[in-house]
Amino acid sequence: MSFLQSADAAAALPEIVLAVFAMVLLMLGVFRKHGAADTVTSLSVLALLVAGVLVMTVGDRATLEAAFSGAFLMDSFARVMKMLAIFSSAVAIVLSWQYMRRERLASFEYPVLILLATLGMMMMISANDLISLYMGVELQSLALYVVAALNRDSARSSEAGLKYFVLGSLSSGMLLYGASLIYGFTGTTAFPLIKNVIMSSGASLGLIFGLVFVAAGLAFKVSAVPFHMWTPDVYEGAPTPVTAFFAAGPKLAAMALFTRVMITPFAAITPQWQQIIVFVAIASMVLGAFAAIGQTNIKRLLAYSSIGHMGYALVGLAAGSEEGVRGVVIYMLIYLMTTLGVFACVLAMRRDGKYVENIADLAGLGRTNKGLAFVFAMLMFSLAGIPVLAGFFGKLFVFLAAIKAGLITLAVIGVIASVVSAFYYLRIVKIIYFDEPQAAFDTMDAEVKLVAYASGAFALLFALFASPLTQLSSVAAQSLFH
Amino acid sequence: MSWPILSLITFLPLVGVAAILLARGDDAAADNYARWTALWTTLATFLLSLVVLFGFKSGVAGFQFTETHDWIPGLFGYRMGVDGISMPFVILTTFLMPICILASWYVTRRVKEYMIAFLVLEMLMVGVFCALDLVLFYLFFEAGLIPMFLIIGIWGGPRRVYASFKFFLYTLLGSVLMLLAVIAMYWHSGTTDIEKLLALNPGFPVGMQIWLWLAFFASFAVKMPMWPVHTWLPDAHVEAPTAGSAPPGGPPLKMGGHGCPRSSVPISPGAPPSLQPLVYTLSVVAIVYTSLVALMQEDMKKLIAYSSVAHMGFVTMGIFSMTRQGVDGAVFQMVSHGLVSGALFLCVGVIYDRMHTREIAAYGGLVNRMPLYAAVFMLFTMANVGLPATSGFVGEFLTIVGTFQVNTWVAFFAATGVILSAGYALWLYWRVVYGPLDKPALAHIPDMTPRELMTLAPLALLTLYYGIHPTPILDVVGASVENLLQSIQTAVAGTEQAAAILIK
Repeated sequence: MSFLQSADAAAALPEIVLAVFAMVLLMLGVFRKHGAADTVTSLSVLALLVAGVLVMTVGDRATLEAAFSGAFLMDSFARVMKMLAIFSSAVAIVLSWQYMRRERLASFEYPVLILLATLGMMMMISANDLISLYMGVELQSLALYVVAALNRDSARSSEAGLKYFVLGSLSSGMLLYGASLIYGFTGTTAFPLIKNVIMSSGASLGLIFGLVFVAAGLAFKVSAVPFHMWTPDVYEGAPTPVTAFFAAGPKLAAMALFTRVMITPFAAITPQWQQIIVFVAIASMVLGAFAAIGQTNIKRLLAYSSIGHMGYALVGLAAGSEEGVRGVVIYMLIYLMTTLGVFACVLAMRRDGKYVENIADLAGLGRTNKGLAFVFAMLMFSLAGIPVLAGFFGKLFVFLAAIKAGLITLAVIGVIASVVSAFYYLRIVKIIYFDEPQAAFDTMDAEVKLVAYASGAFALLFALFASPLTQLSSVAAQSLFH
Repeated sequence: MSWPILSLITFLPLVGVAAILLARGDDAAADNYARWTALWTTLATFLLSLVVLFGFKSGVAGFQFTETHDWIPGLFGYRMGVDGISMPFVILTTFLMPICILASWYVTRRVKEYMIAFLVLEMLMVGVFCALDLVLFYLFFEAGLIPMFLIIGIWGGPRRVYASFKFFLYTLLGSVLMLLAVIAMYWHSGTTDIEKLLALNPGFPVGMQIWLWLAFFASFAVKMPMWPVHTWLPDAHVEAPTAGSAPPGGPPLKMGGHGCPRSSVPISPGAPPSLQPLVYTLSVVAIVYTSLVALMQEDMKKLIAYSSVAHMGFVTMGIFSMTRQGVDGAVFQMVSHGLVSGALFLCVGVIYDRMHTREIAAYGGLVNRMPLYAAVFMLFTMANVGLPATSGFVGEFLTIVGTFQVNTWVAFFAATGVILSAGYALWLYWRVVYGPLDKPALAHIPDMTPRELMTLAPLALLTLYYGIHPTPILDVVGASVENLLQSIQTAVAGTEQAAAILIK
């Protein structure tokens, strides 16, 4: 520990441990050659558990909150978001277990890549400097490009990987260009110093340009309109557990980074970036609501649904206040838990040993598999934001912030878009419960069942745990505003 | 504090749900078990709600049986309580539920799910009437969409999918705006506690009150439903499962009607006077126009659904007359309508179960084969028309008396609605029950079974009882209504004073 402290790296202990784990597992995989996939997979879940425990315990004292001369921050916001990111990665690995075997994709690279992506996400969440920001984003993105194309023999998967790579590097370029503009006009890359420069001498036009480019790059990472085009193709093309992973952790990390970048260095020019976020939020909510209506593939539908959900999370960010950040945290928490559950349900759609992903394949599930049908329906109602289910509370908290910030138009458009989007969630419920049943799905794998049911229980009983989770996100939000 | 009686009533149905869920198997025995469990649960809930009925102190204006718990600290609380305006609806709901279970005794498809959906619906409906925190209220109010959607969609008629979507999306669109209004109120006053908001009178600037009121009204108008946003109701009612959905078709409508005097009027008391013309116009159009539409219907359930819209017109008219008689009458009308329209749907259900058609033209001369049915149907038809000595009369009469003091023309047009209702209701009765029994399909139609009689008898007794002796309800309602009107007067006076100062 003292070594770490002298290197000013103590706050990054979880990341360091995770990085060591990833490298050791990579070695293990390479040297064991055959049959290493299972060992590496289970050990990588263990690595994530260890990292999770460390995130919870490290950095409690104020002196341990920052590392690398303040480029890396371990505050309550980072802690909550990292816990969620680690959790979603662990769930994604667990969900992929049987899938990869059945589809003959089992390889030791996959869990290692997930570990590296998680490392990138944790870096993004903690980034307090433009350099560490870019490092985190690239580490995560590069791992994700490879994972998207994991199924080499499938044209769709390769296409998804390539598309994601080309568009992703474009957005990284924009991000980098914006960062260099910001550096050029403020003379520093550290967030607190950028904040001071803006406070003392205002924002120059060049800085605003830089801000716009950074916002565009980050909007791509959260897949907000107008930078969403890659999402449906990648979601559809990538293997389902990979899609589940894409929909959860990376979105969360990008949203956390987006929030920190907007709130910390650019607090003094909130009205400038607020317009961008309001526009992006409205466009995402509306497109998410309308474009999903015509989809027949469940993964494509969920892609549009996630675009819409990012719009709602951005409503909280648009408020630019502590309530807003609280809204973002709680929205992302709920989104993450329900999304993982939904993808577990999609993974349960297996007929005669083959995975199916058409919405029509769900017909009559209400009679062939009552438990799965109920969970699926509840998760759909939750995503639609119908009360008592978790999704409603997410929307409640972001709209609370929006109304307080006086963004009434945004809120009204948001709730109307949520009614439109309710249509396609209801359509799935309709297909599950009202339509005539088809042949039953194969028996669910135990771990898929566990994730789906736990997520369903979370959505259904959220109201009971609303109080501690709200407090947790309040604490997280406060740490950005001290 | 004594027992949290309102929470017990609200969540007791969940015990029934758990009991049904725990049972295994899909055979007839399991179905029977589900039926009996649901029946006993709803009966127990009803008996428990009698504690509230008898323990309720009439003449007290405030909330009774209140419960307060922290829920999300610093934001919203779990607050329950009833006053004179909401208590009758709690009892109405718990009273109708066992009848509704009995009426759907012979549902054969997915019985377990059916009973669970109904029990959950009961919980949510009772919750709406008891909630004293706007967010909690909204929670119960909106969550009710889920079981209703499934009930219509799974057990409904041929166009069930269309009807269930229309119902869900219409009502959702109405209510999301209310949510934004609730949030705006929270930031303005720092609480969503209905009691505290009432005490703040007048708590909001007049300009804001009008927007708040419109947002609430949008939600309640869809739910009640009011013309011109009523079109989901005929579809939903027609497609809903025949025997079963009739009684719950009643209370959800009351959630809207009850919401007006509960939250939107007292919280934005300055708004109603300036918006009275709007509400009057909509009410009168609802009464006259939907009555005329009802005359043209060929489907029995549709006819009754349109008559519901017309009767809800009386309710809004009464509430916004802002007179003691008007508001009393409106609450009474809602209770009475809950009994009568529920009963009428059940009456249609009785013959639908035999003939599997709701076409009016398919019937005729039923009195020859079904004298008992003819008598019962007659009673409820008369109550629907508003014949004196039935509960329908009291509500209509009071709302018209109340409105007459404020605006005679509105009262005049509303009164024509009474005549029109006699037109469509009696014509329906004549076409179905009288005339020659010349349709071969009807030649062997049997009269009502004891089970059907058992479901309709309590409704018939109460319809007559409250028609002859309406004081029990009016006593309970009175103090709260008086309180409501006083707070509106203070608010209006305050607004006028402010306006006067501005002019000076």
